[in-house]
Amino acid sequence: MRLEVDISAKEFANAAGERHEVLRDIAFALAPGEVGVLVGPSGCGKTTLLRILAGLDHDYRGRVSRPENARIAMVFQEPRLLPWRSVEDNVRLAAPKLDAAKLSALFEVLELSGHRSHFPGELSLGLARRVALARALAVEPDFLILDEPLASLDDALAARLREEIASLVGGRSMITLLVTHNLDDAVRLGDRLFLLSARPARILAALPIALPRDARSEAEIAAIKASIVRQTNGERTERGPT
Amino acid sequence: MRLLSVVLFFVTWWIVSILVGGAKLPPPPDVLNAMIAEARTGALFLNLGVTLARVALSFLLAMTLGTAIGYWMGRVRLADRLGDPWLIILLNLPALVVIVLAYIWAGLTEAAAIAAIAINKLPTAVVTLREGTRALDPALDEMAHIFAFSRGRAFRHVVLPQLAPYIAAAARSGLALIWKIVLVAEFLGRPNGIGFEIGVAFQLFDIPLLLAYSLSFAAVVFVIETLLVQPFETRLSRWRPRAA
Repeated sequence: MRLEVDISAKEFANAAGERHEVLRDIAFALAPGEVGVLVGPSGCGKTTLLRILAGLDHDYRGRVSRPENARIAMVFQEPRLLPWRSVEDNVRLAAPKLDAAKLSALFEVLELSGHRSHFPGELSLGLARRVALARALAVEPDFLILDEPLASLDDALAARLREEIASLVGGRSMITLLVTHNLDDAVRLGDRLFLLSARPARILAALPIALPRDARSEAEIAAIKASIVRQTNGERTERGPT
Repeated sequence: MRLLSVVLFFVTWWIVSILVGGAKLPPPPDVLNAMIAEARTGALFLNLGVTLARVALSFLLAMTLGTAIGYWMGRVRLADRLGDPWLIILLNLPALVVIVLAYIWAGLTEAAAIAAIAINKLPTAVVTLREGTRALDPALDEMAHIFAFSRGRAFRHVVLPQLAPYIAAAARSGLALIWKIVLVAEFLGRPNGIGFEIGVAFQLFDIPLLLAYSLSFAAVVFVIETLLVQPFETRLSRWRPRAA
């Protein structure tokens, strides 16, 4: 029940027919209960990588082995809710087997109880993100993918949602993969950090964080961040300015 | 406001009928009398019923086939390439040609009439639904794929709501087209229906009778549009935030 990834290359052809390499030599593995975080600059190919891992894109060289019959859930960068279905129906459609008590509990935790009958068009981005998160967790997935779930939220809201994600991800035995360009989010949420380079994305460093999530103090988070910044800076000067 | 505009229509009609003379344009009471006379014998309701049945059948036929073909052409490239020339020909073929040919090939039968009407409406439904299918959001398809929606559930909750405005548009314009064509088809080759009665009135130069049937028909169309089509459209779009 592990996620094993070994992608040697992924190319895209643009409209003019030129081929661009987006990913190169990406290899890592995650065990159940672990939160892997892919950190990299914007546009480096993180979303492309996620799409391959989610099974949406099969056009790559290499191998991805997901746990067999794994239930996958994904929180996309934009909420991708069905605008013509209510919040509750959006969640229920993805997870038809979820019983009412669990659904209520989930809505309670994510503070969505008052919005059950609202349509997504009536929600703020922060709320819509939470609905997307509720939908993903309602599936009770074996493999949860989060693509920049905190992007374009203000700091306070992002911090709250990050706490919620941390507590919801904490008690479960699923493989979680989070993508972000925010180092702070990565250090606070991840068990294993994978630093990605600019295009074509390669893994620059794989950093396990041994300390459990809720035991990380502000000082330790700052220290981990500082060490990562040192490493990536070293890499940048080596490669020249990007 | 609606009532006012209807009243204005009848007032204008009355004034014009006085100006041009009752022989050319009979005033509303004459037409009303003709209407009542036809209603008494039951002919009015029989003919309206027959015409409405033809409209309903050909509408259903054209919408079902048109939606299926349009969806298919929107999804499958080869189908689009193969079907496109046919579509262009059908779109631009005059209704009269289709009706006359149908009557020649299939005889003056009910099936020929309904098929001819349906064929006239079919291409516009196909074109509209093809456009709608092309506009489907791939992001939502991916979502449905990730969350393992079954085919049926994806179609009902992801695809159909996106196609709904296109289906509504096709239904709306299609119904308008059928209202117009059904009378021609009846006029040319059916022994009953509003179109047939208007043909009779035309040959007898019975203008009150002609107007009685035309107006009854218009009234039925109006009622169906306001009581059936518009509430349905409102229901379909109830998830959209209201414009201020």
